[in-house]
Amino acid sequence: MPGSTLLHIDGVEKRFGGFVAVDGLSLEVKAGEFFALLGPSGCGKTTLLRMLAGFETPDCGRILLDGTDIAGVLPHRRPVNMMFQSYALFPHLNVSDNIAFGLKRAGMARDEIATRVAEMIALGRLEGLERRKPNQLSGGQQQRVALARALALRPRLLLLDEPLGALDKKLRDSTQRELMDLQRRLGTSFIIVTHDQDEAMTMADRIGVMNHGRLVQVATPRQLYEQPASRWVAEFVGDVNIFEGRIERREDQRLVIACHNTGAIVAAAPRQSLAGEAVCVAIRPEKMKLSRQGPAEAAIQAGAINRLEGTVSNLGYLGDISSYGIALDAGATLRVSVTNTARVDVDDFRPGERVVVWFEPDDCVVLDP
Amino acid sequence: MSTRQLFTRPARRAAIAPYLWMVLFFLLPFAFVAKIALSQSALAQPPYLPTFDLTAGWEALKAAAATLSLDNFRLIFSDELYANSYLRSLLVAATSTTLLLLLGYPVAYAIARLPERWQPIAMVLVIIPFWTSFLIRVYAWINILQHDGLLNQVLMALHVISAPLVWLSTDSAMYIGIIYSYLPFMILPLYASLAKLQPSLLEAAQDLGASPAKSFWLVTFPLSLPGVGAGVLLCFIPIVGEFVIPDLLAGSGDMMIGQTLWLEFFANKDWPLAAAIAVMLLGILLVPLLVYEHIQRRQLEGKQ
Amino acid sequence: MAGRAQPGLSRFNVTALALGLGFLYLPIVILVIYSFNASRLVTVWGGWSLRWYVEFFNDQAMLAASWMSLRVAAASATAATVLGTLAAIALSRGARFKGRTLFSGMLYAPLVMPEVITGLSLLLLFVAINVERGFWTVTVAHTTLTMCFVTVVVQSRLNSLDRSLEEAAMDLGCSPVRAFLSASLPLIAPSIAAGWMLAFTLSLDDLVIASFTTGPGSATLPIRIYSEIRLGVKPEVNAICTLFIGLITLLIVSASLASKISSARGDNAARA
Repeated sequence: MPGSTLLHIDGVEKRFGGFVAVDGLSLEVKAGEFFALLGPSGCGKTTLLRMLAGFETPDCGRILLDGTDIAGVLPHRRPVNMMFQSYALFPHLNVSDNIAFGLKRAGMARDEIATRVAEMIALGRLEGLERRKPNQLSGGQQQRVALARALALRPRLLLLDEPLGALDKKLRDSTQRELMDLQRRLGTSFIIVTHDQDEAMTMADRIGVMNHGRLVQVATPRQLYEQPASRWVAEFVGDVNIFEGRIERREDQRLVIACHNTGAIVAAAPRQSLAGEAVCVAIRPEKMKLSRQGPAEAAIQAGAINRLEGTVSNLGYLGDISSYGIALDAGATLRVSVTNTARVDVDDFRPGERVVVWFEPDDCVVLDP
Repeated sequence: MSTRQLFTRPARRAAIAPYLWMVLFFLLPFAFVAKIALSQSALAQPPYLPTFDLTAGWEALKAAAATLSLDNFRLIFSDELYANSYLRSLLVAATSTTLLLLLGYPVAYAIARLPERWQPIAMVLVIIPFWTSFLIRVYAWINILQHDGLLNQVLMALHVISAPLVWLSTDSAMYIGIIYSYLPFMILPLYASLAKLQPSLLEAAQDLGASPAKSFWLVTFPLSLPGVGAGVLLCFIPIVGEFVIPDLLAGSGDMMIGQTLWLEFFANKDWPLAAAIAVMLLGILLVPLLVYEHIQRRQLEGKQ
Repeated sequence: MAGRAQPGLSRFNVTALALGLGFLYLPIVILVIYSFNASRLVTVWGGWSLRWYVEFFNDQAMLAASWMSLRVAAASATAATVLGTLAAIALSRGARFKGRTLFSGMLYAPLVMPEVITGLSLLLLFVAINVERGFWTVTVAHTTLTMCFVTVVVQSRLNSLDRSLEEAAMDLGCSPVRAFLSASLPLIAPSIAAGWMLAFTLSLDDLVIASFTTGPGSATLPIRIYSEIRLGVKPEVNAICTLFIGLITLLIVSASLASKISSARGDNAARA
């Protein structure tokens, strides 16, 4: 698993005219790590990646690779390679020549190049396609050529710009697993840029969430989902119900929060400190439970279970789960998702039906509003 | 800094040779045209005075410069022959451009509506005649329009006319020649703007209740205006200065300005007057030229 | 064929297309047919014959003019291709630089400038600097005109290229210049070839500028043809024109094949 620090980004800033694309950003990536930069379009993630590749020079800050500052080094002199979103395969060169392109520039001996190309062909499962031109390949094959070409120089760090963006969903899923296997096998550090959170969650060891040129949270996928650092992250990653309110009183390990349109909610006290009394409570839809009768009395007695009553307003059947929209009597609307564990005799709820929603205090995340 | 900027310095160096070339062989010659337009015609080699002799010293140069005058321009303004020539050129260019637009638009429109794989083939068919010599195209019409040419033969065989008509050396022949030669220049930009038009826009217009004719006027035509503008300028400006077509097809009466210039230069050997005519012509054409340049730049900037 | 519904051609469209293409081709077809006419009278059909072709190949003056035209066209097209490609690179990759507006203005103006002006101004330059007029002056004049066309053709191709190809080349170890040469140049090569052919035919075509800039004894083919047809239709000219059209058609077909290859590559570059 990840060991020593490979890449150290220190206070890097990049402006385009008046627009601040990357705003004093610092980050460390370890050797052998699979790191994802996730964020909405225009958040600066691609600019950051292009600075790592050398296509943009930071206005200030340092980019240390193995302790050497490469911020001003030109792309062709960096031990870093990039897989382009458009793949950027040279249309006039066949698969082998595309893969050999960088090796030739590096002045490698001819037989060595042949060996390395064969190795990369095998790695990308491209056997039999060596003489094809890029336009004679399928999208998935082009993607694998682009990957093989970028890996041929055995870079310390591979940058991937939306590498699966052009593939259809089925192919994307299998390619994700291939990429992960490959990365573990080679031990190369990968930094991937994506706007697709499922992709980032599936593949990455750690994810850096970016917004407005800053990293708003760097965490493992699980931490990111279960312990979002801010309301913005909670809403950006996955579905979430957010209730705004004020802290009414503090019990040990617990907060009682008076929410505007749900009534009081008991939540586990957060580890981080809060800015003030005004807070919001975030609860993931699958953490809530739904039934006609509500929880057993004993359960309510045992702990402070939050219990809300309302009416089903709509439902969406998604196969593995069903997603219910609930209009609470107190005024809030929320989403609850229920896993469809059985195929028949399913107890599903109809629009208009009265239901009870309940959840544990530990499933609530209290954040600054 | 971005790596894209790394390309700019070598790219700018690439400009040096073509830049010098164009300054030397396109810009600089206009200085000579301007100077000679202010000179006097003379029986000499070269046939104008004064000639600046840089070895003769400063005083001689000053004396030579003093003899420069606006006489040629006074002549152009005072002699009706030249004014008529300019007017006829503008009139012929305006008429031909209008006819070209009326004829070229339906063709370009039809090509833009062809199935996509046929469109490039149709465009190559339109362009091929543009690649064959100007002269050949005009000459081909002489074949057809002459007294016992094909047009008269066909018309007589169809009993439309009983005796051969005079076609050659008339304005009709000249207009046919101009339209024939410039039609591809009109169709090309028209097609370029019509082909960019998405069929869904027309479908949307019709879905919203516009008849096909209405949706043409409300959607297609306004969106094709850049092509109309480019086509009009691409035709109008060169036609104003046209020489070959009126010389070979039109009658020997009124002359277009290109012919007048040619005549003064080659027949009358009055180089200064020819140069003055060119300067005036350039002045007249500068307006649409600048408009054209402006449109070109705006399109380029739009693309970036 | 296509998934997208074609708007379809109305009867009006078909008529416009047929008449338009008929108008463009009929005169040329007639000219070609009459070049094989055995009769001396141009309008009387006297059966098929190669008589006028034989006449052309025995006409020393015409042959000399043709040779002059071909040499001028080859030389000026080559120079124009080099200069025009450099200009296109500068305009497409040079961003904004001092004098760029003047530069692009000088390159666009000759596209529409009446030939009498271009021809006259170049002649006056040649006279003023006192060079002997002939092959070289015509070549320089044609280079000036045709390099602008080359610039337009190559520049539009350069602007449509995917810049990430150059970046990929740099990422894989190329210096910027090397990246341009190895990633972009092969893709614009067909456009450069098409530019050369365009320049070649434009030069072969030109009467006006050549008339101004050539000297005594070095007439080009169009100058010869012009002086012939001023006096009326000559069957021999029909034969020359047919040969000319044949040559140019050959060039166009190869040019369009080249650009088809280029755009096939380009489609891929855009899609990939």
